[in-house]
Formats: sequence, structure tokens, C-alpha cells
Amino acid sequence: MTDALKTSVAIQTVGRNGRLSLRARRAASGVRWGSPGVYLLAIVLITICITPVLYIVIGGFRTNSQITTDPSGWPAPWQFVNYTDVLASGEFWTAMLNSTISAVGTTVGAVGLGVMASYVIARYDFGGKGLLYSLFAAGLMFPVTVAITPLYLLIRNLGLVNNLAGIVLPQIAFALPTTIIILVPFLRAIPKELEEAASIDGASRLGFFWRMVVPLSLPGVITVGILAFIGAWNGYMLPLFILSDPSQFTLPLGVQNFASQYSVDTARVLAYTSLSMLPALLFFSLFERRIVGGLTGAVKG
Amino acid sequence: MTGSQASTMTAAPASSTSAGTERTSVPARRSPRPDWRKRGEIALLTGPALLVFISFVIFPVLMAAFYGFFKWNGYGWPSEFVGFDNYVLMMQDGNFRAAVGTNFTIVVLSLLMQGPIAILFALLLNQKIRGRSLIRVLIFMPYVIAEVVVGTGWSLMLQDAGAVNSLLEKGGLGALQHSWIADPSIAIWSLMIIITWKYIGFAVILMLAGMQSIPEELYEAAAIDGAGFWKSQWSITLPLLGPTIRIWAFLSIIGSLQLFDLVNIIWGQYIAATAGTSTMATYMYQNGHLAGNYGYGNAVAVMLFLISLVVALVYQRFVLRRDTDGALTGDSKKGRRR
Repeated sequence: MTDALKTSVAIQTVGRNGRLSLRARRAASGVRWGSPGVYLLAIVLITICITPVLYIVIGGFRTNSQITTDPSGWPAPWQFVNYTDVLASGEFWTAMLNSTISAVGTTVGAVGLGVMASYVIARYDFGGKGLLYSLFAAGLMFPVTVAITPLYLLIRNLGLVNNLAGIVLPQIAFALPTTIIILVPFLRAIPKELEEAASIDGASRLGFFWRMVVPLSLPGVITVGILAFIGAWNGYMLPLFILSDPSQFTLPLGVQNFASQYSVDTARVLAYTSLSMLPALLFFSLFERRIVGGLTGAVKG
Repeated sequence: MTGSQASTMTAAPASSTSAGTERTSVPARRSPRPDWRKRGEIALLTGPALLVFISFVIFPVLMAAFYGFFKWNGYGWPSEFVGFDNYVLMMQDGNFRAAVGTNFTIVVLSLLMQGPIAILFALLLNQKIRGRSLIRVLIFMPYVIAEVVVGTGWSLMLQDAGAVNSLLEKGGLGALQHSWIADPSIAIWSLMIIITWKYIGFAVILMLAGMQSIPEELYEAAAIDGAGFWKSQWSITLPLLGPTIRIWAFLSIIGSLQLFDLVNIIWGQYIAATAGTSTMATYMYQNGHLAGNYGYGNAVAVMLFLISLVVALVYQRFVLRRDTDGALTGDSKKGRRR
């Protein structure tokens, strides 16, 4: 799970930066343009970062003969047939549907189970609580890479090979450590007075959980939900071991399968690849703002 | 130490074991009789998570240690106990040793390539310039794109008749054309470039966060004392960025040791070994899973885990211990005592 961990660290810092930069912007509303050298370097950096992405997207608008004659050229004329072909193919939509099921299932499962367990760790007092937390935290030391070989055998014995449940369940399990580690501080930050007030009003602890805890920890829930979603959406190793039937492939496997199946048809592979990264990029641009807002709230709480 | 503020913040999700047990917000409601209702709630709320977690994370890892002692094709119950033979075999296999070597090469090169570049670019982005948040989003983008997409795109660009060679020719640098993926003397560098491209955004964002927690006053004081830009970066930023750098390095090292996706996607199962880019994880996939030799595959998984664990422990013992918070080590008691 180091990947998810990394992402969570990054998202937190992105959130922080967003907050800080907002404050900075407000403080000095007339930001100087600064030296041109700085912008030049920034442009170089951005170019390096986005050129490969643009290559994939723009390559999809070319024909194979264009790509063969000049691999690094511009589309002339622009072709839309690769994209429309991919969009018209059942294969693409099957993979898209499978990825959606896998990512949504993982998100719902990890967030649901994670909130419940974190609530107990954050707000109940009992022996073995520390042990419980340590157990989940120790999960960070067991990345999928280490567990995948025996995990495959387990999934096979459960009869879940070539079944999306066979990747969703492990994905939930591997998302739990990060989820719990991020959520516990959120839940702990909810003031004790709220719980007392709720209990005076006659709410049970479970009632308090549903009515107060879940809504109040929403920013944290959104953060871990996004992590689980992107992790599952981009996941490669687990589907690679568990899924071998193309009708069950998620997008990463679909891309790989498509690339080897149509290895001569470079243009179409590029179109398929760029279409498959579109949802993640949309999701990313969407979550960027939400995370910033969410974490700002979290820090205040 | 102000710089450590950043590391506490950034390390928070990574804090293991002890961090969670330190504070308890709910006052103890101790009654002489066990509170069965409370116990029921605890069981109801933690049960499902525990069940899933233990079944799919802890149990498989424990089973790997068990399976690793057998010669077994994965069907039925393992019966051919071979003791440490799998491990001996692994040590004798030049391909495995080469894979371990690749992993450690990647560890070192990742630190050497990404660290300085990330710090330089973070310094750059820490200036008050326009469009800073847009730049941040753009450099973080490769990190969010799936490994498969990255691998497919780059391998098309780097193939012999690909865009990179074509660009070199157009630029009159035809002599620099290479077989970027297949040539064993170059493949590892191609991999490093792709890794750097994919993960540099993460490092930059992390370093930026660390830098932004350094108080402005220090730079003002340094400027009054006559220090130039680079002088104050060297004497203020770098030392105060220490905790952030050390945590980034830890995450990078663990990631490098577990590397699988990019290598398997770009080099596939056949070329990786000849191009000298196969890692422990791709070795495990090929010699365990694909070869149907599950006893051996599990032994490789155990070895992979042990190597990562030892590296992590050594790193924590000698490097991370310097940070006062000790969040990553989970050894906060020791940290406080010091």
C-alpha cells in the first residue's frame, strides 16, 4: 500500500499548499511577475511533464501511416476515426464498466468499513485498542507486491478468479490501513461535548455515530474515498493476477491487452490509452479542489 | 525546530503503531461489570474491517511463509516439504541476484536523480510567481495517471522507430539514436527517466510543503546579514528541509524495492531479464505465478518482504531516528526520551 500512502501524503500537502497559496494570494494581491528566468524554468518543467501525455492524446488523432513516416509529427490532417472506433467498441466500454464497478465497490467498502473501525479506535476506550490500531497500521508494511502470490491462491480457493469481487475484496483490505490512519485523527477531533449533548438528548452511541460522526468527518471521508478510488482505478498487479478473462478486464488490463492485440495499429492504441486515462484525469481535476476545501476544514476542526 | 512541523504533518498518515494509542478522547467509563452493550458495538463496528483485513492481508502473508517451504504447483495441499531449498535455489539463481541488484540500483538512482531535481524545482515553485497553483497541478499530473498508461505511452515513444529517435534525427542528433528499451546498457536509464518523470511531481509537492513551513523571518534575517539567494537556500532551506527529505527518501526506497508495474508493462516477461531491468517483483511473477511454481513464488515473496523490512528498519534506526517526532518509526517513546 505504499502507493496509496504516498498519494495520501501528497494529497495532504497539495491541500496544504492550496490553503497556503490562497492565504498568500489574499495577503499580497498584487503579486509581482518575478524574474523571467523563473518562468522559463517553470515552462521547461511543465513541458517535460505534459509532453508524453500530449503525445498519447495527439497521436490518437493521426493515422498509422502518418505515425510510421514521421513518429514525432503533428496530425495532418486530424483523424477522429481512432477515437470513434474505440468509443464504438464493446471492449472499451466493458473495461470501463468493470473499472467503475471495481473502483466504486472498493471505495464504498473501504470507506464504510474504515469509518466504522476508525470510530471505535478513535472514540471507544477498551483494552486492546492500541493493538487494533497497530494491526491496521502494520498493514502498511505489507504492500500488494508481497502478498500477491499467496493472495492469488486464496482467491482461487474462494472461487473468485475472473470475478470482480476477487479484486474488490483485496483492494478494500489493502486500502484499510491508509483509510484508518487518516480517519482516526478526524474522528478524534470531533468535540466530546457533542457526544455528551447527543447522549443527553437520548441518542445512543450508534445513533451519535450515524447522525453526527459520519457527517462531521465528511472531509476526511472524501479524502480516503478518493484515495481508494484512484488506487483501484489505476490498479494493475491485482487484476493481472486475478483476472484472465477479457470480459472481466479493468481498464489497465484492457489497455495492455489492446496494445498487444493491435500492436501494429499504434494510432488506435494511443486513442484507447488516452481515453482510458481521461476518467482519472477528470477525477483528479475534480478532487483537487475538494481536497483543498476538505483539508482546510479538517485543520480547523 | 520549525522544519519538523512539515514532517509531522506529512508523516501523519504514515505514523504507525504507537501514534494512535497516545490520546484517548472518550473518558473511561469503567464499571465493575463488563459493558456488554459496548462490547457488542465494538464487535459490530470493527468486525467487518478486521475480517476483511485479516483474510486478505495478514493471512496471505503468513501463508506465504508456509508455502515457501514446499515444492508445489499450487494445486491441492502442499505436501513436498523441501525446507530451505527454495531459498537456496533463489540465492544460486543469477537472475534473482541480478533482480536484487536492479532493485538496489533503482533505489540509489531514484534518490540521486529525483532528490536534487525535486529540491531545485520546489525552490523554483516556492517563488512568488503567477500561475503557481496551475503549475503544481500540471507537475502532479503524471503521478495520477495509471502506470499502464505511462508504460504504454513511453514504450511507444521509446521504441526503435518511435518519437524520441525521430525527434533526435530531426534535430540533427541522429548519432544519439538508441535502442532505448532493448539495449541492456541503456534500458536501466530509460527506466530511470520514466520513473523520474512519473514520480517527480510527488517529490516536488512534498518538498514544497516542507519549504512553505519555513518561517519567512529567517530569510529576511539572512538577507539583512547580507546572504544572497543561493547562500540562504543552502544554509536555511536545506537544513530545515531535512525531515521532509528523509521521509520522502523512505517512501521512495520502499517504492523502488517493490517496483513491478512499469517494468512488467514496458519490458514484459521476456525482455526484462535480457535488458537487465527485471526486479524482484517481476522475477516473482515470472518464476512463481507464470511458471506455476507456487512454492518458489511464495519464497520469493517472503524474501522480497524481508529485504524491504530490513532496509526499512535500518533506515529508521540510522536516518529517521534523527527526527524528533519519530512518527514513521512508531517509536515515539524513545524519541521523547532522547
